[in-house]
Amino acid sequence: MTALSAPARFTARRALLVGAALLALCAALAVLALGLGAVPTPARDVLAALTGDGDALTRQLVLDLRAPRIGVALLCGAMFAASGTIMQGVIRNPLASPDLIGVGAGAGLAATVFLLAWPAAPAGGLPWAALAGAWGGFGLVLLLARERGGALHPVRLALIGVAVASALGAAQQLVLVRAPDGLGSALSFLTGTVYGADVTRLTRVLPWALVLLPGALLLSRTLDVLNLGEDVATALGTRVNPARLLALAVGVALAGAAVTGAGILGFVGLLAPHLARLLVGARHARTLPVSMLLGALLVLAADTLGRALLPPLEVPAGIFTTLVGAPYFLYLLRKSA
Amino acid sequence: MTPTNPERAGPNPATRTPEPLSTHALKLAYGQNVIIPGLDLAVAGGQVTSIIGPNGCGKSTLLRALARLLPSGAGHIELYGQALHALPSREIARRLAILPQGPTAPEGLSVEDLVWFGRHPHQGRFPVRRAEDREAVQWALDQTGMRVFAARPLEALSGGQRQRAWIAMSLAQQTDILLLDEPTTYLDPSHQLEVLHLAQRLNREQGKTVVMVLHDLNQAVRYSDRLIAMSGGAVYAHGPAGDVLTHDLLRDVFGLKAHLLPDPDTGRPHVIPYALTR
Repeated sequence: MTALSAPARFTARRALLVGAALLALCAALAVLALGLGAVPTPARDVLAALTGDGDALTRQLVLDLRAPRIGVALLCGAMFAASGTIMQGVIRNPLASPDLIGVGAGAGLAATVFLLAWPAAPAGGLPWAALAGAWGGFGLVLLLARERGGALHPVRLALIGVAVASALGAAQQLVLVRAPDGLGSALSFLTGTVYGADVTRLTRVLPWALVLLPGALLLSRTLDVLNLGEDVATALGTRVNPARLLALAVGVALAGAAVTGAGILGFVGLLAPHLARLLVGARHARTLPVSMLLGALLVLAADTLGRALLPPLEVPAGIFTTLVGAPYFLYLLRKSA
Repeated sequence: MTPTNPERAGPNPATRTPEPLSTHALKLAYGQNVIIPGLDLAVAGGQVTSIIGPNGCGKSTLLRALARLLPSGAGHIELYGQALHALPSREIARRLAILPQGPTAPEGLSVEDLVWFGRHPHQGRFPVRRAEDREAVQWALDQTGMRVFAARPLEALSGGQRQRAWIAMSLAQQTDILLLDEPTTYLDPSHQLEVLHLAQRLNREQGKTVVMVLHDLNQAVRYSDRLIAMSGGAVYAHGPAGDVLTHDLLRDVFGLKAHLLPDPDTGRPHVIPYALTR
């Protein structure tokens, strides 16, 4: 027996340090991104604009044009990451992620159809449509993946999820192609970019984020207990099915709302929770906030990179997250098969 | 140790204290597949009871149902005289702990993290760690000899240590009743003994009612006060550990011919099977 009293790998101190570091990285990257554009703004001027100083033009550039986009990137990244963390915890499947089990694609399709069918809809209506679509896509995947005995093999769920997501995505493309010119391009963000995110999109996502992200944190302990399996969770006094349903409802709503801000940002919901568990362990009171910060950082970094790489071209953030996420997904598939 | 017979204890059933667990015309089934058609059973309080029987006789099914891990098809189960299905799950978890077979934990969880989950039924919506919770966790770690491993991640432990960590979690619930579903399976002989000694000690020192499902007949007879032998979804025999194992039972329930020699320590039968009867 070596190292009888080896120090714990995952301590609260470590989680705090990781969280603080990620928060600092997000802030630094946000300042950098706020200065990035056709008219570059030095960090000093960005900070001045943020605190209400500086000249009017810079303030308008930074606060009105760039800040909403960065806000959307941060919020949607955090929401996808939280959604993925919850789903991996509830389904106990390392391959679960909103974009891989039909939630994102269902939300995207429903949002597209909603906007085309009802262009004059009140602004607050879109997330509700996306939410309905998210449940539709998720329900479809669960229905197809269901097996006798109720056990869900992780790889089976992932394969069916990817197939359903592709089909729903294709349907969405089809609807978009047939859409009138102006409207079609207005909807193109649904394919996964924060390009063109404005105050409207920010205010659409913000209330959902303000309710659901803290709501997810309140579920931490429930998720921890569910993670021990149905029997142990029951033995500890948890009513498993209502608890699962509540957690899934929050997870699906997070992804559905995030889709209306930035479309489907591929693999963020898969990557962020895995990375978070590597950094701070499996307890959700630590995993969830760290995962949210990682998701926010990932999407902001992807978007910033997309803007800086080939100006004035803008590479959608979803492309970078997918470029990083897809190989990792393949690695997980090999490991789980 | 004087064996008691609570199910036949006094003439007037209304005045005696209710048994910790009892079943009344209990039917258990998986879908259409009926495992236990109708069972009346009372578990003796303050005793170690082991349920024995061949594979598929319904012993694990019964244990899981007693801990509300399985819904009952018909009839009902009572916990200290109260209908189990009518009690809030959290309240049950403060009076009855069960360690199911083969539990799994997420990677990176430390022993202490795991044991803290045992306090879940005692904590409110927000997990404030009160002094009594800390004491319960430390006590559970001490009882199982896991304090030195408290900071270790579960995946870094041996099978026996991991089993003890899970038992520690159940102990942290501080319940009067402890159910263990095949707690010795997959453990080497010394770790098996450790778990059995622990169960016995918890009964002797804390007065806990312990109910286990065991496969090893000799371990069951040696470490239990009472045995329940099940066969085909029914109780074949139920009584003091020394009285249950007979040539008839071994033949009818297990299909075995065996020598029964008195255990030099307990005087109870020690089973040496030598032939199959079917």
